[in-house]
Amino acid sequence: MRALFAILLTLSLFFFASLSWAREVELVGAGATFPYPLYSKMFYSYWRATGIRVNYQPIGSGGGIRQLVNLTVDFGGSDAFMSDEALGKAPARILHIPTCLGAVVLSYNLQGNPGLKLTAEIVADIFLGKIKRWDDRRISEINPDISLPDSDIVVIHRSDGSGTTFVFTDYLAKVNSEWDEKVGRGKAVSWPVGLGAKGNPGVTGLIKHLPGALGYTELGYALLNGLPVALLSNKYGRYIEPSPVSISQAASVNLPGDTRISITNADAPLAYPMSSFTWLLLYGEQAYKKRPFERAAELVKLLWWVTHEAQKYTEPLHYGPLPEQAVMRGEMIIKSVTYDGKRILQ
Amino acid sequence: MANVFSNKARALPQAPSPLTQTAFQRILLISALVVVILVLAILLSLIISSFPSLKAFGLNFFFSTTWDPVSSRFGAVVFLAGTLLTSFLALLICLPFSLAISIFIGEYFRERILSSLLKQVTELLAGIPSVIYGFWGLFVLVPIVRNLEMKLGVLPYGVGILSASVVLSVMIVPYAASIGREVIALVPSDLKEAGYSLGATRQEVVTKIILPYARSGILAGILLALGRALGETMAVTMVIGNSNIIPRGIFSPGNTMASVIANEFTEATGALYLSSLIEIGLLLFIVEVIINLIGRYVIKRVTVEV
Amino acid sequence: MGEDRIKLRMVKDRAFIGGVVVLSFLSMVPLLLILFYILRNGISSLSWEFLIELPRPVGEKGGGVANAIVGSLLLVIIASLPAIPLGVSAGVYLSEHRDGRLSSLVRLAVEVLHGTPSIVLGIIAYLWLVTTMGRFSALSGGIALSIMMLPVIVRATEETLKLIPDSLKEAALALGVPYHRTILKVVLPAGLSGIMTGIMISVARIAGETAPLLFTAFGNPFMNWNIIKPVNALPLLIYNYATSPYPEWHAIAWGASCVLVGLVLSLNIVARIIASRWKVQF
Repeated sequence: MRALFAILLTLSLFFFASLSWAREVELVGAGATFPYPLYSKMFYSYWRATGIRVNYQPIGSGGGIRQLVNLTVDFGGSDAFMSDEALGKAPARILHIPTCLGAVVLSYNLQGNPGLKLTAEIVADIFLGKIKRWDDRRISEINPDISLPDSDIVVIHRSDGSGTTFVFTDYLAKVNSEWDEKVGRGKAVSWPVGLGAKGNPGVTGLIKHLPGALGYTELGYALLNGLPVALLSNKYGRYIEPSPVSISQAASVNLPGDTRISITNADAPLAYPMSSFTWLLLYGEQAYKKRPFERAAELVKLLWWVTHEAQKYTEPLHYGPLPEQAVMRGEMIIKSVTYDGKRILQ
Repeated sequence: MANVFSNKARALPQAPSPLTQTAFQRILLISALVVVILVLAILLSLIISSFPSLKAFGLNFFFSTTWDPVSSRFGAVVFLAGTLLTSFLALLICLPFSLAISIFIGEYFRERILSSLLKQVTELLAGIPSVIYGFWGLFVLVPIVRNLEMKLGVLPYGVGILSASVVLSVMIVPYAASIGREVIALVPSDLKEAGYSLGATRQEVVTKIILPYARSGILAGILLALGRALGETMAVTMVIGNSNIIPRGIFSPGNTMASVIANEFTEATGALYLSSLIEIGLLLFIVEVIINLIGRYVIKRVTVEV
Repeated sequence: MGEDRIKLRMVKDRAFIGGVVVLSFLSMVPLLLILFYILRNGISSLSWEFLIELPRPVGEKGGGVANAIVGSLLLVIIASLPAIPLGVSAGVYLSEHRDGRLSSLVRLAVEVLHGTPSIVLGIIAYLWLVTTMGRFSALSGGIALSIMMLPVIVRATEETLKLIPDSLKEAALALGVPYHRTILKVVLPAGLSGIMTGIMISVARIAGETAPLLFTAFGNPFMNWNIIKPVNALPLLIYNYATSPYPEWHAIAWGASCVLVGLVLSLNIVARIIASRWKVQF
């Protein structure tokens, strides 16, 4: 009995002691699965290099924004930038720092992994449930060299709140008025057909195992798993293969000061039409909820590193590096982050 | 007259301090109260956090099939359908097995090694974490169902209502069998002997005397199993297909109340979205309480009868 | 004619027992299948490094589940600290006050807690702890789990103590032993095996729980002993890796499943052994 009490006492002391370890800086972030393979590599390398731990959980862009607004994480990750309305509802000013470029691709599970050509209208109709079979005339018309099976298309979409979904639906809504009316754009929408999977990994996993599946996912996920990706026709009618090059083409536009811009259906002739930036979000004024200065300083240092030195990790993982203008905009925004009114980075 | 025990009283090492006595009893009382307060606090939290959704949608929440985060319109019918369908299907599938186990342990091989082996195995089955069931279901069961669907010419999702129900049924077999086997063993021998003396076969005694007598206990076990199935989250969310639609058949994907909360909670952007999810949690909580209460009532009747 | 009837009934009799035996043994098949698959797929991942190393980034080979094992341990400790004393106390109260309105209310509350879906407890822990503390933490996950442990411990304590004859308690009281000493030093030790069994079974139950951790413990790719920071756990890791598309992560998930199932089953088996061997007979 006494021994039990002694054990309980020491354990309780242990826990109260650990409360003091809270001062050790460990940054917590949450959000998009779109850039997760990249962030996973970046933050691991950062830890190896500096000893600072960055705990990023890929719970989806919706989750990242939600948790940042709830003040439960240091930074959020999202491929869907916050709207003016959402920014207005947030407790304080939120900044968007672009970190890399990526592409939302259509990936599928067909015998022989053919290189399929698709148009926005066809994709919209598939996800609306109007085109149900692979050998539909409209698909075979533009893919004469591929023998398409006489089977159903198994549509896969996201079951969680996703920036990837936002990019996908944003593009479809731009080019297809029926989609705009019936479904609209958003991080989570009411899907007319299809199976839901959690995160880009979930969608990719389902595509991998389901013969006849078609889903949208980030380029890196498809390639890392040996899945084929479709060539998508852009607004000039050319079929573009998604790659860091064609993605960068889409980003050769003038960025607004706060970098919130959608680059789907871009104007450049060789641009891949479903490209997107992805952002890390943080509060402009870091002295909230008694946050210690060290935390804010480390966060700002991390963001600077991500937008500069860490860019070398992007291309090997099939992401597009930030164009120069994006880096410059990012620098200005990072420099504007304050603690108690004073700029953190000089 | 001198107190006969007064010497003994003085010989005791310490007199009990009335303070420690009542303090101890107070601690016991407080612990008991804390348990009750905890439950009330849970209920209250759920209700308060569901207010925005309750106000916005009212009763329509339980009749609307719309679950649209874009326009912020939410209704729970899709998940109610998925939950009820998978749970009852799971119950249906597990029933023959649970009954067989109850009869095996309670009647045919009572007190034998084989029975205790079966008992241990079913209890171990109940101990396996649900995420492991989901993992196994995803990698072993779903491909099998997919092959079946391909042969039947249906969309070969693999995941869906059928997979979820089968995984659930494996999980609830121990619960449905648990109470039944005790009650079957407790059927009075004179009832059984009366049957045998009239020339009944063993099977007839079981089906016509034992089972009807034990039906309350069996029912209690079934309710326990139903309660478990309704609230199961991980195994279901991994194999049900996560589609917010009303299932059109057992090969269709769907979603359940627990599963949608697991999927969408951390990212419900918007107070109404979060509140709707919590309202679903409240609904789940209340349904479980009701089933528990019914089960308790049935068990009470069983213990009175026996 | 009568003979045919009898023959039919005999056939039905044989068929029935055959059916009962077959179905009963068939129901053991899933357990064997699950254990078989876990062992077959997971054993190749198991190694000393697996248990000691941290996870590697996406797509890279190697790495281990050390942080998940530590996290699970941390969560169990955090959950047990409030649940055991509170649960045993409440159980003692219930066994001491067999009748009474408060007792029936408490028993009802225990039933409700036991039946509460674990995901609902995750919601509660999020509302009570995560939003107020402003962070995800092992503490919030542990509290959700401790609420799950509570009803099992209360019930086990009450049932065990009910079996101890009142004469034991009364003898101690008659000798002048104060009430609190009677309970703590006479009654509880007599029922220790049953209470320990209850505790071990409740630990086994929460060690494998995932749902309450989804929005409380949050997960962590690094090692963490700090209770107010996010932490990884074996069931969380299995869930995340199993639903990912990377074969390396699937292999790790199978290995982690081996560890988890081994842990949970051992706890269950040890609990049963304690219950049968150490039972104080009256």
